[in-house]
Amino acid sequence: MPWYLELLRAVAGTILIFSGVAVIAAMFGVLLERKISAWIQSRLGPKHVGPQGLLQTLADTLKLLQKENIVPRRADPVIFASAVIVVPLAALLDYVVIPFGTTRAGPLIFRDLNIGVLYFAATSALVVVGILMAGWGSNNKYALLGGLRSAAQMVSYEIPMGLALITVALLAGSLSTVTIVNAQAGLWNIVSQPVAFLIFLVAATAEVNRTPFDLVEAESELVAGYFSEYTGMRFALFQLGEYGEMFAMAAMAVTLFLGGWRGPILPPVLWFVIKLYALIFVFMWVRWTFPRFRIDQLLGFSWKVLIPVALLNLVVTAFFVVVAHR
Amino acid sequence: MLLDWGYVAVFAIVGAGMVALPLLIIWLISPRSSYPQKFETYESGVPAIGQAWSQFNVRYYLFSLIFVVFDVEIIYLYPWAVAARSQGALAFYELLVFLVILTLGLVYAWRKGALEWV
Repeated sequence: MPWYLELLRAVAGTILIFSGVAVIAAMFGVLLERKISAWIQSRLGPKHVGPQGLLQTLADTLKLLQKENIVPRRADPVIFASAVIVVPLAALLDYVVIPFGTTRAGPLIFRDLNIGVLYFAATSALVVVGILMAGWGSNNKYALLGGLRSAAQMVSYEIPMGLALITVALLAGSLSTVTIVNAQAGLWNIVSQPVAFLIFLVAATAEVNRTPFDLVEAESELVAGYFSEYTGMRFALFQLGEYGEMFAMAAMAVTLFLGGWRGPILPPVLWFVIKLYALIFVFMWVRWTFPRFRIDQLLGFSWKVLIPVALLNLVVTAFFVVVAHR
Repeated sequence: MLLDWGYVAVFAIVGAGMVALPLLIIWLISPRSSYPQKFETYESGVPAIGQAWSQFNVRYYLFSLIFVVFDVEIIYLYPWAVAARSQGALAFYELLVFLVILTLGLVYAWRKGALEWV
């Protein structure tokens, strides 16, 4: 292909993924979250805007677009402004390596990097840089505490997540996400690696700062955590980053453990979406069921439970794959 | 290979533009009114006391030190995971040696109380 066609393809793919994530993950995700929380708490949830409240988030976004943009006098204006771009961008960079489905022409993926899993680990950890920037740049005590807690959380849960990723990569013998999905043709990884799946799920919940690990934005003590000082559209962009990251984590869990787009009868993309939303539902169910951890419990759980278990799981898997297999 | 990263670069650049787009829109259409109190730092409604940029006890710094060690370990394990099958049993023993040393470090930190929130 000539270079300008490649460029056009890349730009078109980017725009497609960005708008898809903004609409499906952020807008529809927020609505889904509100509906599921309402269902769990025996309420009705948003009901008035559009049929069954379907257009509620659209209305909210239009409202936020008209709000004034306030930069506190004592904040660091450059860091304060750029954090808004870093958080959603870091979350959306994850989607480069997620295979959404497959067609006759090949898998539907933005780019099948040969180090896809490592790339995912790197970009998903980038979000914390944006959160720290927001926390520090706001010059607000609540925001600073939220940012520092986010760093503590990332520092602890990055390692069990990485160990779970390595275990899966070991099973497939590759870091490419497409190869990992193809390696699950016979048996989904959730069957052979239930421990790694659980570790990944817990670490993912912690990395996206959701209850029971939502100390970063614990509203009862930190107002809104790192985005306390942000108004209007900037607040909405943080929401986009947060929900984009959650959908990316769920999509990665589907890719690594639930066989990606694989499934009988229905088209591959549909299977991917079904599994994705099943996991999203689990994330939301957990959020509205469990109370929040204390920070010492949170760090202790990672270092004293998850990391030893993940290390043991890796050694046992390595034994079966490398030694016993021969 | 280079083309792959070209795609990622395009994704990052175009993506940053798309994230900045709503900021441009609000810059164009958002209302502006200003009075001094509006630009105060929020602190539960009372005037903020001091700056947030003060000396702060980062209590998890011991965790971050151990994190650096373990994260570097994980970086080494990624290429190992890809090559392990072709290397046979030797790869497994190499992993054991590598992990035993690191686990000793974790046990040491644990016994020394570095994993307690002080």
